[in-house]
Amino acid sequence: MTDPSIYNVLYIDLTEGKHEVQERRDLFEKYLGGAGVAVKLLEEECPKGVDPLSPENPIIFTVGPLTGLFPLASKTVAMFKSPLTRNFGESHAGGRSAAAIRFAGYGAIVIRGASRNPVYISIVNDKVKIKDATTLWGMRSSYAVGRVLREVEPGAGKRTIMRIGMAGENLVRYANVVVESYRHFGRLGLGAVFGSKKLKAIVIVGTRSVKIDDVKAYTKVYEEIYKEVTETGVMSKYHVLGTSENVLPLNMLGALPTRNLMQARFELAENISGETLAEKYLAKKIACTHCPIGCIHLASLRIAFAPGHEYETLIIPYDYEPIYALGSMLGIGSAGDVLRLIEKIEGLGLDAISTGVVMAWATEAYQRGLITERETMRLRPNWGEDVEVYIRMAERIARRANEFYSALADGVEAAASKYGGLDFALTCGGNEIPGYHTGPAALVGFITGPRNSHLDSAGYSIDQKALVKPMSDEEMIKQLVEEERVRNVLTSLVICLFARGIYKLDRVSRALETLGIRRSLEELMQLGAEIQRAKASFKAREGFNPYNVRIAKRFFETPTPQGRLTEERIMRMISMYIDAADLKDIYRA
Amino acid sequence: MPHRVSVVGIERCIGCYSCMFACSRLRFNEVGMARSAIQVRSAGGIERGFIVIVCRACIDPPCAKSCPTSALKPRPGGGVILNEDKCTSCKSCYEACIVRAIVWDDERDKPIVCRYCGFCTKFCPHNVIALESIGREILV
Repeated sequence: MTDPSIYNVLYIDLTEGKHEVQERRDLFEKYLGGAGVAVKLLEEECPKGVDPLSPENPIIFTVGPLTGLFPLASKTVAMFKSPLTRNFGESHAGGRSAAAIRFAGYGAIVIRGASRNPVYISIVNDKVKIKDATTLWGMRSSYAVGRVLREVEPGAGKRTIMRIGMAGENLVRYANVVVESYRHFGRLGLGAVFGSKKLKAIVIVGTRSVKIDDVKAYTKVYEEIYKEVTETGVMSKYHVLGTSENVLPLNMLGALPTRNLMQARFELAENISGETLAEKYLAKKIACTHCPIGCIHLASLRIAFAPGHEYETLIIPYDYEPIYALGSMLGIGSAGDVLRLIEKIEGLGLDAISTGVVMAWATEAYQRGLITERETMRLRPNWGEDVEVYIRMAERIARRANEFYSALADGVEAAASKYGGLDFALTCGGNEIPGYHTGPAALVGFITGPRNSHLDSAGYSIDQKALVKPMSDEEMIKQLVEEERVRNVLTSLVICLFARGIYKLDRVSRALETLGIRRSLEELMQLGAEIQRAKASFKAREGFNPYNVRIAKRFFETPTPQGRLTEERIMRMISMYIDAADLKDIYRA
Repeated sequence: MPHRVSVVGIERCIGCYSCMFACSRLRFNEVGMARSAIQVRSAGGIERGFIVIVCRACIDPPCAKSCPTSALKPRPGGGVILNEDKCTSCKSCYEACIVRAIVWDDERDKPIVCRYCGFCTKFCPHNVIALESIGREILV
């Protein structure tokens, strides 16, 4: 039998200051957990057409039946209506969050309403308290908020501390939620939803255990997975250099967006590569709870702050996406500068990808004269020249310092709609693009993926396969749809997508079986398709239609490794996707 | 020759907790971080690294000396053996161990004492912990 605590949904109402637990066996038995359960809770909790920053927008956290029990089932899914795209919002984070929720005795946490005054939520197993956070509000750095809560709350080592920075408080539409200092619910603006609820932080301590009926069967599958993770090379990429391994190969292909995608090759890529960072700055690697890989790469950066050998030493997490967005995209070719910018942006609680793309647009708009020093408050952004300019720009975005920075805080789409420059405003469906100018599959994935990002269907990977062995557009779309469905299964459990090579669906099925959950491969794929439809339905309900997405001219100007893309081809592929994913009744041309 | 688990490379710890899950699985047929004879926690913010606490298998164990009912007895060569039937849940042993290697099982109100089996060491991806033999002559 499955451990029944997974069925518990903790509902917290910040308006009423109340909470209750409901057993939602109905949801978990059908949709397993994670993304599957979350999208159903979102349908239940989020009324059509609500302002994402109003109390009616819920925050939903879910974990799954494998969470805490198997290696790398280590992620938490967050769902909400996105303040950035104004439709579907989903974001994942690891750290200690998933194990803490599971071992506190919940499968999901739903936060409703809004507080009048700043608060944080403290959950210690079944004890739930809404506490005053007045003193934490306005704190300069999200790191400091963590340091305070670490002292006043129990459960060292067995807890998660989720918190927002200044950007979330000021409702920057791509503000993130920082988890355990170095992990994030990064994309689509969960931080702003926290801010709109006056919710500064959530601390969750889980110290309960999950009973296993058939320990023998469970241990067998557990050890098989553990062995493959630690003894084969399947996951070595993530441990050795980490995701920053991608910088040089993507640059070599000509797929690394550079200077607001005016180029797809960065002549200084070597300086900000995973190799350079590892050799010069890597201090240590750490892991999420119950992940023996340890992909979290932490750099140590020593900065002189005064003459006479006065140094401060910062510990800064790095990954491929922040290096792209705050490095090549801004023309910054110094690893030290990129690290400083990452540290600043995470302290402010901004999503690194969106912030980088926003500042890249601002740089080009400034150089083209669409904006002047009046708007920038005398900053003169120039590709890679002075990282201080970008540090100040990020601070001003987080503070919404003037009308211009406030537009930037609403995202590239909003800023370019106001000041011009939509042709080089690099969003898809309102979300700033990730770092893959690999070809048609990536771009179609950004447009059709529920999160309007690379995360849903990994088109960049299909593009790279097509470079080795050419593939028809139909074949690409087929793979895109299938990958999205598989990911919907993995994120319902919630398995880290870095482990997708380990958790093939037959193994997923066997792992579930040790817990008494029987699902065939066909049933799992069906579930993946059903979740795909549920997400699309939510997007369509909130006004999104991939047929009407604005595609910036810049995507077609800068060649990809597969040549120059055309709008006609991309539109044709979007239509193919809607057919192949069986979404014709949801999205109409 | 008796064995004990030693922390041999604390700076290599990535904080994955696989050792704790191994102990809780083997000893309690469950998955969790509450009931495990080996304990891992952060040293005050993840950037500072981790602390791994495990029984040092003392030659003259203070925990056993503090036990009023002789439920905890010194093991020949170092460490302790627990006879739970004699335990009155007084927590003297828990207080006596200054490294906090005795974990309190709140559910059963009994101490959790390392059995020196080394199962946890098989699940450390970075060789932070190791099973090693100890002799009376080695006072480490």
